[in-house]
Parts: sequence; structure tokens; C-alpha cells
Amino acid sequence: MDGHSTYTPKSGIGRWFESRLPIAGLVHSSFIAYPTPRNLNYFWAFGAILTFMLIIQIVTGITLAMHYTASASMAFNSVEHIMRDVNFGWLIRYLHSNGASMFFLAVYMHIFRGMYYGSYKAPREVLWILGVIIYVLMMATAFMGYVLPWGQMSFAGATVITNLFTAIPLVGTGVAHWLWGGYAVGDPTLNRFFALHYLLPFMILGVVILHVWALHVVGQNNPDGVEVKSVQRDTLPFTPYATIKDMFAVCVFFVIYAWFVFFIPNYLLDADNFNPANPLVTPAHIVPEWYLLPFYAILRAIPDKLMGVVALAAAMALLAFLPWLDTSSVRSAKYRPLKRFFFWVFVVCCVGLGYLGSQEVSDSATLVARLLTVGYFGYLIVVLPVLGLIEKTKPLPASIADAVLHHATPAE
Amino acid sequence: MIRFKASLFAATVLALGAVGYAVAQDMTSEQEQPKPARQDWSFHGVFGKFDQAQLQRGFQVYREVCSNCHRLSIPFRTLADADGPGFSEEQVKTLAASYKVTPGEPDDQGKFTPRDGTPADIIPPPESFPNDQAAAAALGKAPPDMWLLAKSRKYERGFPYFVFDIFTAYQEIGSDWIVGILNGYTKADDPQWNLYYPGHRIAMPSPLQDGAVKYADGTPGTIPQYSKDVAAFLSWAAEPTQTQRKNIGFRAIVFLIVLSGLLYLVKKRVWADAH
Repeated sequence: MDGHSTYTPKSGIGRWFESRLPIAGLVHSSFIAYPTPRNLNYFWAFGAILTFMLIIQIVTGITLAMHYTASASMAFNSVEHIMRDVNFGWLIRYLHSNGASMFFLAVYMHIFRGMYYGSYKAPREVLWILGVIIYVLMMATAFMGYVLPWGQMSFAGATVITNLFTAIPLVGTGVAHWLWGGYAVGDPTLNRFFALHYLLPFMILGVVILHVWALHVVGQNNPDGVEVKSVQRDTLPFTPYATIKDMFAVCVFFVIYAWFVFFIPNYLLDADNFNPANPLVTPAHIVPEWYLLPFYAILRAIPDKLMGVVALAAAMALLAFLPWLDTSSVRSAKYRPLKRFFFWVFVVCCVGLGYLGSQEVSDSATLVARLLTVGYFGYLIVVLPVLGLIEKTKPLPASIADAVLHHATPAE
Repeated sequence: MIRFKASLFAATVLALGAVGYAVAQDMTSEQEQPKPARQDWSFHGVFGKFDQAQLQRGFQVYREVCSNCHRLSIPFRTLADADGPGFSEEQVKTLAASYKVTPGEPDDQGKFTPRDGTPADIIPPPESFPNDQAAAAALGKAPPDMWLLAKSRKYERGFPYFVFDIFTAYQEIGSDWIVGILNGYTKADDPQWNLYYPGHRIAMPSPLQDGAVKYADGTPGTIPQYSKDVAAFLSWAAEPTQTQRKNIGFRAIVFLIVLSGLLYLVKKRVWADAH
């Protein structure tokens, strides 16, 4: 993408340093001069929101790790110690536990935005795949983080998820024992989950850097899905335009985040996780955190264990193939009436699966979960490939600037 | 825009119909398990604060009734919290000294000699049940530690109430559950039948009787009153920092809303010449 920085530091020292390590120029070209399409809407603010959430999670997480004890006999009490005895420990912990949910809320908005506006399409395939990798790493991190308080649901969740590996033919049980560090979830499992929970966020950070790098090579997609033709007419510099817009969006998002942290901090937690883990008692109703519920519903919808695990993995892995599953030459659903309809069906399938994942198993719930599972996979492997071939799309605007001008006119 | 709404509407109706069908099927099985009534708590909501007199009464109920079987693993010193029961330092000292605490380590004679409690000690377990195994041996099932009871118990809110709870800041599910259980012994001939307990079989026989605890402040000694007081006390014990949390939270949210407003105005100004 055009718009490489022509930045030269004003001071002599600055120029001396820049000729040896051009980091100021990198920042200037990435976050100041970087051209952003002028038609971006607020759904494009979730990238900035996610950056802030990642920083918050890492900072609060490191602080919590200073007070937490990763041991089966002490983990539960050390979390309550943080809640009660550590100065503002409750704040750090609630920022972290609700921060995970907010992180996922933002990432789902970010992913659905990408799916609606076709952001995964060429030339942004690698950018999209890096995003899917971040998402999978986030789920692994969040899952292991949920195990750390060592409550009843932590233990049950760890048992259910690690047991999925036993579905692998021949080596499954061995793999599970290797993951557990024993013959069941226990102290060694908790310790390694803590180590990995500390490691993975930095891997996420690394992939995020690649994600941003890839973004700055190919440029942002935009609501109209047409490429930038003239940097002069179609784009605005990142600073001040995108900076101030993103800051506003981040701040509004933080209002919602703060509502959860300060007034309903336990809303998204399961009450059973305030009972210490007891391997002899299995909770009557095992539920993962809300952000994993759709996948949990897919897992339970399939009667065969191995096939359930395969479907679960496929539900995530298929996302990486979206750039090739969507055969249309038009990106944005704004100009694709049929895709727009099926996109919303897909969203509703995901939300419906999420709801059913939280409910106890019953014949009717399983039946509906199966229908919605068909809807989920149907959108990805049938609807998207076929639509691209048969759909009659609406005419695209000649350029981003034209689309914005068109928008500015009040006529319908 | 209109077509966008129409398709969104159609998709929503389609899936809501399907999910609604599943919900309706499940509702029929939920009829026999009534939900505890919602209580009016002083500590509910954005400006909620604990009622100190109520917490002190609740502690009295805990001490005279619950503590015979249940432990409450909080330090004596926290009973002096100004946001909590607010007992005086002297009261807490005297209270702690009335308990015998067995140290976790042997003394220089190699003996575990019980000593008088101090405010820094955790409230010791019931005398008759030094650990869960002893309690389970005597009672069939170990009574749970009550320090987190108000957070570790729940009843299903169900759709759509769980959505409203986000906006009404309903965080007292466990507190309502405790009140429900204590008032749920509705079959006089069966002391272990409870209206609100899942499956109705509860290991704990009805623990409260009218007049069992004599309040010093003239509050009527009835089961509904005892249960509300002790549930309020346990709600504080489960999260003693919640008053501080709400105080800070209100200021944080006002700050963020004002900042959002200012940022919006700056954004409008910056973008004025862009479109």
C-alpha cells in the first residue's frame, strides 16, 4: 500500500538515531501517516479496542500472577486472598476475569465485521488466517485461565476439554495422560496450565504484531469493499482521523466494561466455581464460559464422541478457509443481498447454539442444536461457495470517495 | 437499509422460533422447581450499601445457630470493617478471645496447645467438627464452609430474565437462594424436605425456629427475619470489598462517560472537514 513515511526527525540526535534504527519512522508510517479508507464505520474500531484489551489482560494478568499460587491445595484460597486481602486485588481480578469476556465480545464483533464486509478476500487472506490463529490462541488461553481459580467448574471444564483428546484413536488416552501429567486432572495439570496461561498471551502478542504488519501491507478493507484507488481522494491519515475515532470507541467500550467490572462482576461467572474443586463431586450441569458455548453445543449435538471432536475442530478450522470458500468477486455484503440474508442467519445460528450450549441436554434442545449446527456448517461450506456463482450483486461504487459522497446526500 | 432490516428480521424469527421451541419444551420440566422470591436488599444496585445493624444481627444468627455445624473461614478482624458489620475493635478482640484456636504447627514442646483467639485468626471450625471428614461422619454430609455461600449458590434465572439482569445489576441470586432455602421447609412432617432445594431433599434439617435467637435491638425474632439477616451477613462475608467496589465504580463510570462525550466532540471537530 502507498503512503510510506517520508518522516525525517527534526533534531540532529533524532536523525542520527533514525539512520541507525528507523523506529520513529516505523511508528510514523504505521500510526500517523498510514492511510485509512475514509468510509470506515465504527465496526472498524474493534481492532483498537482489542489492542487495548490485550494490554489490559497482560498487565492485570502479570499483577495477579504475583499474588496467585498455582497449587491444587492453595489456588482457590489464593484467589480469595487476592479478592479480600490484596489492596485493590478485587479490582485487578475483576478487570482480568471480565476483561477476558470483553476481549471475546470485541473479537466476535471484529470477526463478524470481517465476515460481513468480506475482509478475508484477496489480498487479505494471510491477514485473515493470522486473525483465526489469534482467535484459537485466545480460546486456549481463556480456557486455561478459567482452570486457574480451581473451583468446581474449573476442574470440570479442565476434565471435559482434556478428555476430548481421548477420542483420538489409538493414542488418545496416552495423549490425555501426558496432558494431565498423571491419570486425572490434578496438581501437575494446574501447574502446566498456569505456565501456558502465562506464555500464550505473549504468543498472541507476537501474532498480533504479524496481523498488524500484514494489515499495513495490504491496507484496510472498508464497508464498500472497493480498493483504494487514489490515496489522495479515498483515504485519510491515521492520525488524527482514525486515532480520535478509535479513542472515542475505546472509551465507550470501556463504559460497558466498567459496568461489568464494578456492578455485575460475577454475572458471567458460574456460581459453582465459588466451590473449591473436588474430584469426588461432579457438577450437575457443566457449562463452559459463554464465549465457548457455540462450540460446546456443536460438540454435544453430534452423537459420536470422535465425530463431535472432529466437528468442533472443523468449526474453528473452517474459518481459516473462508477466503476460498467465498467464491464471490464482490467483498461487501452491502452489495450482496443474498449473502446479507444468509450472514444474519449464520449469526443467529451462532447465538442460538450459544444459548443451547448453556442449557441442559434434552431431546428438543439436541434436535434444535443439530439444526443450528447444520446451519453453521451449511453457511460455510455450501451457501458461501454457491452464492458466489449464482448471486446477482448490486453495482459497486466507482471509488471509496464516490461511496462517501453518495452517503452524504440525504436522498434515499 | 430497509432490506437489511427485513432480512435480519426474517433470520431472527427463524432461529428464535427454533430456540423458543426448545425452551418451551424444557419449561414444562421446570414447573415443579419453584424459584426463590427476590428480596429487597439494601446492598443491591449501584448505590447499594450494607445495613450495619442487619449484618450484626446476621452475625448473631450465624454465631448462635449456623456455627454449630458450619465453618466460616474469615478472619475475626474483618468483622470490624466499617463497610461491613462494623463491630468495635474491643468487641472483636473479646469475641476472638472467646474462641480457642489450635495452632497449625506444634509449639517448642512438640504439642498442639490451643490458645485464645486473636483478631488476626480465622474463625475456627465448629468444636464438634474439626474437619469436613468429622462432620460428614456425624451428619452424613459435610456442611459447606459459609464464607462463599452467597456467591456459590444459584437458581436458574432463565430466558429472558438473565438478559434483564445485566441492566438491573442483579447480583444477589445467592442471597435470595439462602433466604429461599431457610423459608423452604414447608412440610411440617418432613424436616429434610425443602421447596427450593434442587430435588427437594436437603441434608440440613430446618435450622431455625421462631424466637430461637434473641435480638437486642427489638427486631422481631421470626424465621423470615432471621433468614434475611443471616443472608445479608453471608453476602457481606462472601465479598467484603463490594461497597468499595461500587463507590469506585460509580466515579469510574461517570469519568468514562464524560471522557467519551469530550472525545466525541473532538472527533466531530477533527472530522468536520473530512466529509
